[in-house]
Amino acid sequence: MEFAELIKTPRVDNVVLHRPFYTAVEGTLCLTGHHLILSSRQDNTEELWLLHSNIDAIDKRFVGSLGTIIIKCKDFRIIQLDIPGMEECLNIASSIEALSTLDSVTLMYPFFYRPMFEVIEDGWHSFLPEQEFEFYSSATSEWRLSYINKDFSICPSYPPTVIVPKSVDDEALRKVAAFRHGGRFPVLSYYHKKNGMVIMRSGQPLTGTNGRRCKEDEKLINATLRAGKRGYLIDTRSLNVAQQARAKGGGFEQEAHYPQWRRIHKSIERYHVLQESLIKLVEACNEQTHNMDRWLGKLEASNWLTHIKEILTTACLAAQCIDREGASVLIHGTEGTDSTLQVTSLAQIILEPRSRTIRGFEALIEREWLQAGHPFQQRCAQSAYCSSKQKWEAPVFLLFLDCVWQILRQFPCSFEFNEHFLIMLFEHAYASQFGTFLGNNESERCKLKLQQKTMSLWSWVNRPGELSKFTNPLFEANNLVIWPSVAPQSLQLWEGIFLRWSRSSKYLDEAYEEMVNIIEYNKELQAKVNVLRRQLAELETEDGL
Amino acid sequence: MEHIRTTKVEQVKLLDRFSTNNKSLTGTLYLTATHLLFIDAQQKETWILHHHIASVEKLALTTSGCPLVIQCKNFRIVHFIVPRERDCHDIYNSLLQLSKQAKYEDLYAFSYNPKQNDTERRNGWQLIDLAAEYERMGVPNANWQLSDANREYKVCETYPRELYVPRTASRPVIVGSSNFRSKGRLPVLSYCRQGTEAAICRCSQPLSGFSARCLEDEHLLQAISKANPGNRYMYVVDTRPKLNAIANRAAGKGYENEDNYSNIRFQFVGIENIHVMRSSLQKLLEVNGSKGLSVNDFYSGLESSGWLRHIKAVLDAAIFLAKAIVVENASVLVHCSDGWDRTSQVCSLGSLLLDSYYRTMKGFMVLIEKDWISFGHKFSERCGHLDGDPREVSPVFTQFLECVWHLTQQFPQAFEFNEAFLLQIHEHIHSCQFGNFLGNCQKEREELRLKEKTYSLWPFLLDDKKKYLNPLYSSKSQRLTVLEPNTASFNFKFWRNMYHQFDRTLHPRQSVLSIIMNMNEQSKQLEEDIKDLEAKIKQCKNGILTKELLHAVHPESPALKTSLCLKEPSLLPVKDTLRAIEGSSPADNRYCDYAEEFSKSEPTVVSLEYGVARMTC
Repeated sequence: MEFAELIKTPRVDNVVLHRPFYTAVEGTLCLTGHHLILSSRQDNTEELWLLHSNIDAIDKRFVGSLGTIIIKCKDFRIIQLDIPGMEECLNIASSIEALSTLDSVTLMYPFFYRPMFEVIEDGWHSFLPEQEFEFYSSATSEWRLSYINKDFSICPSYPPTVIVPKSVDDEALRKVAAFRHGGRFPVLSYYHKKNGMVIMRSGQPLTGTNGRRCKEDEKLINATLRAGKRGYLIDTRSLNVAQQARAKGGGFEQEAHYPQWRRIHKSIERYHVLQESLIKLVEACNEQTHNMDRWLGKLEASNWLTHIKEILTTACLAAQCIDREGASVLIHGTEGTDSTLQVTSLAQIILEPRSRTIRGFEALIEREWLQAGHPFQQRCAQSAYCSSKQKWEAPVFLLFLDCVWQILRQFPCSFEFNEHFLIMLFEHAYASQFGTFLGNNESERCKLKLQQKTMSLWSWVNRPGELSKFTNPLFEANNLVIWPSVAPQSLQLWEGIFLRWSRSSKYLDEAYEEMVNIIEYNKELQAKVNVLRRQLAELETEDGL
Repeated sequence: MEHIRTTKVEQVKLLDRFSTNNKSLTGTLYLTATHLLFIDAQQKETWILHHHIASVEKLALTTSGCPLVIQCKNFRIVHFIVPRERDCHDIYNSLLQLSKQAKYEDLYAFSYNPKQNDTERRNGWQLIDLAAEYERMGVPNANWQLSDANREYKVCETYPRELYVPRTASRPVIVGSSNFRSKGRLPVLSYCRQGTEAAICRCSQPLSGFSARCLEDEHLLQAISKANPGNRYMYVVDTRPKLNAIANRAAGKGYENEDNYSNIRFQFVGIENIHVMRSSLQKLLEVNGSKGLSVNDFYSGLESSGWLRHIKAVLDAAIFLAKAIVVENASVLVHCSDGWDRTSQVCSLGSLLLDSYYRTMKGFMVLIEKDWISFGHKFSERCGHLDGDPREVSPVFTQFLECVWHLTQQFPQAFEFNEAFLLQIHEHIHSCQFGNFLGNCQKEREELRLKEKTYSLWPFLLDDKKKYLNPLYSSKSQRLTVLEPNTASFNFKFWRNMYHQFDRTLHPRQSVLSIIMNMNEQSKQLEEDIKDLEAKIKQCKNGILTKELLHAVHPESPALKTSLCLKEPSLLPVKDTLRAIEGSSPADNRYCDYAEEFSKSEPTVVSLEYGVARMTC
């Protein structure tokens, strides 16, 4: 048992637990290979059940023989353990540190988790590209499924199956892949049934300093154009950054080779800028004693809402090109695995009502994040409290969820899911008993045999009992495009995530519950009226006879 | 009418200042004695009351016409383009005259006629009875009495006639204290907590200078302290920053010398004066008036305006007051300089935290009448009702409403009224349509004979009660008897619906509040429908029974059977219970306009610095 080597002290009595909103609890602390468990002395129920993978950072302090461990979690919660005995405290701290930063994915909890629930639907097969293609096939015959990447040799970060224009054969795709960063050739992201326009996404073109071109690439993206209509290339980098990329072999599409396309640069930040932003924001939100000027200054300095505005603005631009200009859009940044996916996902939420349903949103996350090769493992390895200088962490997915929350708050009747659903996705992206967000792409997930060895998040969340917790009672399906306001006065700090542990939400939760009651009572009454009407109609029919 | 030279101008454009592409509506501008009215091509009307106008600006002539920018006290900003400069000039001059009156009798309230007779008018004014309110608090009682010292306003002209003072305070003590306090505003009762006798009193600053004292004032404070048997000490809360209070000593005013008052604890709570607040609001509005505002400019502007810092300071002061009363069972005397601005804020908010009655619609009206109107908050000067000293204008009452709004955000079930109620009250402190907020004190209001010549706002709000109810209100919850707000800085945010009430592109397209309110209305209707349907079903079943009996008795009478059938009621028409999503019709979305915009052959780079919150098919 490899975990046993890392656990020097598996059990300590008389440990005191401090957490937000609860009084301190004394009990027995147990350390297992995957969990930190504290059982209260009084009623012998578990008070704390914390996944090691949720631990972002720990601090330890000593006063006499009493040790204190501060545990900072990836969901931004901060927990304190007071442990009697210096040796015990040191042992616990070092074990937690080791167990929360395991190098091998196969040692993580999803590989050991056995569901307590009956599996109704296998989530691993709920949202396959073939199903998406079937949905499109009823509207257009211009696209096909390509299996050129079935062994991941063309593009390691793409799934085995992608949707491409029918007029482009696999041999041409091979050439285009060699021309695009990471082999990420343009693929179909979204088909707008209303007017047949599409969103495609890719990696940057590898034009380099010599202005290299690829005629197959030009043909591929031109295949999506309508006669007399131009398309839009939305680059999520500033022009300056795109130009500098040429020195490293990258670059952008030259006007001369793409005359029917107009290139727009909409700068969206990435990597350490986003990570630094998150760190500053969480630090500001955790501070209870800021005076008002300091709080507003820190909120501004974090730049978090600036990122939100930039991403939403770009998504609105893409949606506008599709819906208002009747143009096709190709979106890329550098690799096409981060800001590109934020934009393509959000554009679909603006344009496509189906993506605002629960299953539709799950399908969107599968298609535009997981199967699209967003490197969840790297981005979510650490969160706001990590002090290491690793450079792959970034809250890209959290920013996307925050943007969705902004739109949800502006259109509270247009989403089948509620805020809790988004919070749940945030939590599971960073630490989970399910294997859905493990790995950096489909290739890795295949090698890890996740489908055979772990449970899918969707298998759990799509059970009726769970879905009811995530359903928005205000939801009313409609076919409308929804355009959010991106003015600073319209964007708000997502309190459900960032202030969740800083202030109690008791009164807000009670009000939400009352709102649900009002809505359910209204639905009950409507159902009863319908029943009575039918009864009356039947009685009148009998009289007629 | 003598100020109106041009009554109608055609082909005027109304700009949407937050539109992404400088969209505008074209219509006709009408100038009446009381309003500016714009009717666009789709017959949509925009009414601007003259009294709401804070400033009118005529900008330099452009190719499309002469710009006229109107800023209103309810934070609406209207941008017209008038085709001809001469017309623009006429309108401009007329508005300058009409928006600034020299006499109260020229204000709208004196000509506004809602078709009520004198009895109805009188009943409207009697809706709020402050004597009844003090009785609700259990006053007069063993410790507090109604004094007639100010019956003829001899003691203090800016106080109400009815003053509640400690029973042990003699008339010489009352008069002596009055002479020692700024404007004669001696300590009197504002709120008394039943069951504990802890009290909120209010006054103005003492005229102590560097050394003056007044034995009667000291005795009055002793009397207030003794009126609360539950605690041996009381608090004096000076709502000013301490430095300001110290500076006032040079002018012969200042604060209580602790050496002269025993059993009293002193606390400064640091709310800035009317000039700082006016400046703060101006900066806030400047920030939010910018088109293409970035997030960082918004937050740094919000910070540098200091607006939320001031809101927090006011609420913190109210919380201190409420805690002193609840936790320490201590009485509190609140003052600022003259005791009619910050003191009103702190006393009213403190009472609201303590007493759930003030969180009802009626109770909130009582609170405003008691702590603001009757105690002489200078509404006409602070709101600039007349053409007077602009240095007296200040958003003191606006801040009070904003503090209440922040409380409703933290305690969504604690208030009977909703946000629209607060916005409507704010509308009417500036509209001069009703008499409640005209004038600067009760004496002045009596001299103006407002109760005979104007109408009270409160019955009109109560008549529209449905629009102002909070559907989540839970009056049964005893846990919310005393509110304990969290004033950590992250709990304060920009009140978009107040400062951008008329900028609909910034608002969520769907309002949860409206949906829940409509749902409640629908549920009431459905309950009625259920009763009707059940009655009809019962009637039909009785009909069947009657028919069966009849059939048994006269099986061979087909004519009677036919007549019974003819009497059966038809099925009720199915009510359309579908709610159209606001803005789902193409016209309302301006979808056609956008389609035209984007049909251009060579579109410019699409700018979405200001997204437009709309829904389109």
